[in-house]
Amino acid sequence: MTALLEATGLSLRFGTVPALDDVSLEVFPGEVVAIVGESGSGKTTLLRVLSGMMRPEAGAVRYRDPEGSVHVVHEMGEAAMRRLHRTDWGFVHQNPRDGLRMRVSAGGNIGERLMAVGARHYGSIRAEAAEWLRRVEIDPARIDGMPALFSGGMQQRLQIARTLVTRPRLVFMDEPTGGLDVSVQARLLDMIRALVADLGLAVVIVTHDIAAARLLAHRLLVMRQGQVVEQGLTDRVLDDPQHEYTQLLVASVLAA
Amino acid sequence: MTALGYNFGYLDENTKRMIRRALLKAVAIPGHQVPFGAREMPLPYGWGTGGIAVTASVIGADDRLKVIDQGADDTTNAVSIRRFFAKVAGVETTERTGEATIIQTRHRIPEIALREGQVLVYQVPMPEPLFRLEPRVSETKRMHALADYGLMHVKLYEDIARHGHVAISYNYPVLVGGRYLMSPSPIPAFDNPKMDRMPALQLFGAGREKRIYAVPPYTSVRSLDFEDHPFRPVRADAPCALCGSRESYLDEVVVDDRGGRMFVCSDTDYCSTRQATREAAE
Repeated sequence: MTALLEATGLSLRFGTVPALDDVSLEVFPGEVVAIVGESGSGKTTLLRVLSGMMRPEAGAVRYRDPEGSVHVVHEMGEAAMRRLHRTDWGFVHQNPRDGLRMRVSAGGNIGERLMAVGARHYGSIRAEAAEWLRRVEIDPARIDGMPALFSGGMQQRLQIARTLVTRPRLVFMDEPTGGLDVSVQARLLDMIRALVADLGLAVVIVTHDIAAARLLAHRLLVMRQGQVVEQGLTDRVLDDPQHEYTQLLVASVLAA
Repeated sequence: MTALGYNFGYLDENTKRMIRRALLKAVAIPGHQVPFGAREMPLPYGWGTGGIAVTASVIGADDRLKVIDQGADDTTNAVSIRRFFAKVAGVETTERTGEATIIQTRHRIPEIALREGQVLVYQVPMPEPLFRLEPRVSETKRMHALADYGLMHVKLYEDIARHGHVAISYNYPVLVGGRYLMSPSPIPAFDNPKMDRMPALQLFGAGREKRIYAVPPYTSVRSLDFEDHPFRPVRADAPCALCGSRESYLDEVVVDDRGGRMFVCSDTDYCSTRQATREAAE
């Protein structure tokens, strides 16, 4: 099997602070990779570099399109990048307000990606939007509701619906459960897990929540000061952590 | 007779040349907004400074000018601009659509089909069709560059979801030459179909925003819509009270304070020509 996304030797400094230090990573189709680590360890920077939003100082990110040809992400033109970001890729922001249009109805938010790639039939756009609301457990009767009137958990589910409506193969998620209370988090994680399995999505998820990583991820990368200090299958890393920082991280999880 | 102390057409030759360069570029890229250096004109922004600058740059001694405001030849804006050019360019003016070589307009396209060789100059208050949707100019430029107009359709979607139809009755966005999204200036949506493959040259000047754009003759101009909610030009459901036209665009005029109203053609030349023909027939 060939990788969907392959990063080699990524490095980036902010002044003298190394945000990424020789990071390499592969993501295979249908695989969920979690990046964990403390605040400031470079997780979000890595996600932004992988998704082409930031340019690394060294190293390259390669992406394989559905036809099988390989592109270097940071050498793609802006038009191609935009198209990629709304068709084959998706990005779920930590704060749903960054990913949603707050003055556009839920239906319009979901329909935007469809219309951006050329859908011009109102009825089918609306039907698709209603179907996705149902899939993310939002009452389809609220299709004309404004996201500003939705709860935090609903906003996050709406953002996920809006991202998945064009059936991407690879989705980047930046702390999707951050800022939600625990019961809402649990439902959201459950929903993400079901969608990932249903759609065969590959996901790169950044989180500081070890429990979320254990629930969702097949593979785990542990980052600290811009370096990947340990990586492997989720259960292996969490049950038998080798690096002292991973040991600290695992030991710090509160047992309920 | 040209007024003394002014160059022909008010603007100096260097400014005209600069505007003509912008016009050539605009004609070469239909629907694309070209920046230009708008000059101080002897009337305030919002009264047609962009349109006047364009007219002043294309007008020649042999031209015959018609100016309309909301379709009418006899409103303040139309009268003063017509007089202005009569004074500073000494050109002939007319109220007859068929006789004019240049028609400067605010808010309407004449009812009579324009022909080859005529130039229609629009006064444009806001050239950017996306400005209510995306406040950043840098971002709207990028959207034009990438032909990324999904956002405009989101606006139409929202209208249909809320009102059951697209609730834009004027300044209805169009796609020019299958490429650029363009604001047709605040003409009624009723006039949009007239822009499509029009034999006359259409020039747009926005003075305050300092932008010029153009639609060359016989260029496709398509109003945005959905397959299952096609574009529908709206017209008041009544005949003109003066000439009886059932095809023309109508103004609603309140005639008393008890709810009385009448509908009359907004194109005064069209209406008076029809009335004259009818009287001649009687």
